[in-house]
Amino acid sequence: MKRFALAGNPNCGKTSLFNLLTGSTAHVGNWPGVTVDKKEGTYKKLAEPIHIIDLPGIYSLSPYTPEEVISRNYILEEKPDCVINIVDATNLERNLYLTTQLLEIDVPLVVALNMMDVITKKGDKIDVAQIEKKLGVPVVSISALKGTGGDELMKRAFEASKAVRKGTTVLNNSSLAHLIGDVKIALEYENVENPLFHAVKLAENDELEVKDHVKASQMVEDFKKTFKDDTFGTDFEAIVADERYKYLSKEFKNVYIKNESNRENKPNKKQKNVNMTSMNMSKSDKIDRVLTHKIWGIPIFLVILFFIFHLTFSSNFLFLGAFIKDDWVSFAGTPFEGVFGEGAINSPGVVLQNLLTLLTDTLTQWVGNGLDSIKGCPEWVHGFICDGILSGLFAVLSFLPQILVLFLFFSILEDSGYMARVAFILDRAFRKFGLSGRAFMPMIMGFGCSVPAMINTRTLADDNERTATVRVIPYFSCGAKLPILTAVAGAIVANAKIGNADIITYSMYVLGMVVAVISILLMRNTTMKGEVPPFIMELPAYHAPQFKNLMLHLWDKAKHFIKKAFTIILASTIVIWFLSHFTWSWKFLADEEMDQSILASIGQLLQPIFTPLGFGSQLKQWGWVFGVAAIIGLIAKENVISCFGTLAACIGGFALTQDDTGITYVQAMIAATGITIPALISFIAFNMTTIPCFAAVATARAELSSKKKFNWTLLFWIATSYIVATTIYLIGSWWWTAFIFVAIIAIVITFIVINNKKEKARAYQ
Amino acid sequence: MQKKLSQFSLNEKGVIKSISGEGRVRRRLFDMGVTPGAEVILRKKAPLGDPMEITIRGYELSLRKVEAELVLMEVKE
Repeated sequence: MKRFALAGNPNCGKTSLFNLLTGSTAHVGNWPGVTVDKKEGTYKKLAEPIHIIDLPGIYSLSPYTPEEVISRNYILEEKPDCVINIVDATNLERNLYLTTQLLEIDVPLVVALNMMDVITKKGDKIDVAQIEKKLGVPVVSISALKGTGGDELMKRAFEASKAVRKGTTVLNNSSLAHLIGDVKIALEYENVENPLFHAVKLAENDELEVKDHVKASQMVEDFKKTFKDDTFGTDFEAIVADERYKYLSKEFKNVYIKNESNRENKPNKKQKNVNMTSMNMSKSDKIDRVLTHKIWGIPIFLVILFFIFHLTFSSNFLFLGAFIKDDWVSFAGTPFEGVFGEGAINSPGVVLQNLLTLLTDTLTQWVGNGLDSIKGCPEWVHGFICDGILSGLFAVLSFLPQILVLFLFFSILEDSGYMARVAFILDRAFRKFGLSGRAFMPMIMGFGCSVPAMINTRTLADDNERTATVRVIPYFSCGAKLPILTAVAGAIVANAKIGNADIITYSMYVLGMVVAVISILLMRNTTMKGEVPPFIMELPAYHAPQFKNLMLHLWDKAKHFIKKAFTIILASTIVIWFLSHFTWSWKFLADEEMDQSILASIGQLLQPIFTPLGFGSQLKQWGWVFGVAAIIGLIAKENVISCFGTLAACIGGFALTQDDTGITYVQAMIAATGITIPALISFIAFNMTTIPCFAAVATARAELSSKKKFNWTLLFWIATSYIVATTIYLIGSWWWTAFIFVAIIAIVITFIVINNKKEKARAYQ
Repeated sequence: MQKKLSQFSLNEKGVIKSISGEGRVRRRLFDMGVTPGAEVILRKKAPLGDPMEITIRGYELSLRKVEAELVLMEVKE
């Protein structure tokens, strides 16, 4: 099958064109070794099917970003049959800069002039024939948004792919033309493929090229000795870039024909037209003036953020609860009871989640009834299928609706161009911690769910920054951790008759954020040193996001999540179910007998580990439950409190009723173990900062660039939670230990500072 | 008059004279069209004063103060 590659700047409509050409055949994977999307699909409207590969959006073929290296290696090494270069017609100069580099490679090239609908709407024109003549490759007008020109483009590309094309360059009139020509001849003599491209790169002193072509790069060095440019000296990289732009602004000055005639020749229409264009010009500007306002920019952003979370997680939609009658939406007595609300209206995210839960509960029940009706079906099979497989799987899947709703909102912000502005607004504040403004979004999404948050780290350009962000995302306490907070805090308040449960909950949220900030500062100053990546980026014009693109994007994420839920997450759930429902002598246990299970004995074995944290060996007979709850919490954090419920039933002597809440479960645990308040708070902190749920762990594995980084991340989560929980327990129990911790922190900081200074001094020598 | 892009005030216009710096940052500036001869208007500064937004070659580009310090401008009236 022939392979065509799509190349172009970010925001030039590449994704829309890809979707237009490939439709439902598209699938997304990863480029090997990096977390950059690799999109592939098939175009079927020609005589033979064509495989389409969407290269990452790039501005240049420099060796500095993974996206650029991927694109360049793909074209040079995989040798597609044709490269389709998408060019934003409303921004010719900068888009054609990449074209001038692609021209130098010996590969058939076709230029797709996108956004022609916008040009026509303005009444402007583009001299396509002239561009074609100047570039020497086919140029086709398309509008990816309107869906026009795609077939014509593919026809021309198919024709072009039959012929052999030799690279051409726009640098023929530059002061380096001779050097490039000589190096090219030398490379041809060595039988190097794409001699022109490599010759230009060698002249630029490209770090990826120099070591491969030692002999030829010596020619460049020799040439440098005899060369002197007034502006750039011997900085050939600068001369080449400058020469490309000079060529573009000179040669393509006249291809864009502005609709001047109307404005000047028809005075009666003049007023209207000027207004029209100024409106067109500044629509984006007007929005921008409000959204990035000096004073209002940040508050507006916070309001938008509030509404996103409100629409996803709130069970009091738009606070209408105060205005409606009690049972109006609750559908009491029907299967839909509570789905749409209970005394108030649920937000769309909650409604979707409830509907899915209703569906999965019904399914579980059917399967359960079905198994019961089979005679001789052992009890453990019933338990295994219903409680082990189904409920574990469904517990994870139940997050899916809210993950998707949250993801949808953030995709809208991303596609509309607002996300780039948010990064712009917040960059200054984040640089203090060694991050860029972009890192804010994934972190704040973490309050909803770590899974979409970790996926969102793909917008971060720097690998270190991405790793650091993925690691701290779980510290922004997600929705599933809230029950742990409220149940334990509620029990503390009820038992000790002091304080306020809300204050405890809030302080735990703050604690999570503080731990995140400290961790990032630590990482950026020790294992992940390096400068903050530059913030030289395009702020794309605002535009309405495309429904089709959003849905395709969302479908992709859903697919990935479901795949994970049915593989790694399912496997882990089954293991934990077996551990908690069988004894060492392989006897099946009912839920209420969990205290005899393998997991319980593992819990007892592990109990001493938790002693410094306050919920280890110092507790009475049932002390191991906290360790077991934390392990079960790895499936999903909701399970922590429901595990207490199950175990409370084992303890006996504590009559549980249907109306029991998490608070009573925790109270039962307090009564059985005699755990102290500092230890309870340390338990919350441990669960908040330790390894997150399986779904988040699986996502982290996919988003981190290497297995090694992932293993370190797991270790990092364990270590942090252990240290944080120990600190809380010790200081909470014996206040004077605070001095010891202050001393340790002071020593660590001094050590890091001195070490970094030494390293700096060494670097200067 | 010449001054650095980082010293520009709002809506000030100019033409790029030269770019200093090295490596990745410098190349990135070139690739984004920040080359000698290009016209620049300072459009906006972020609420906290940094980064800034410029219009160059018909599009909006954001860059930090430290990066703008590398760009020497000829101020245009």
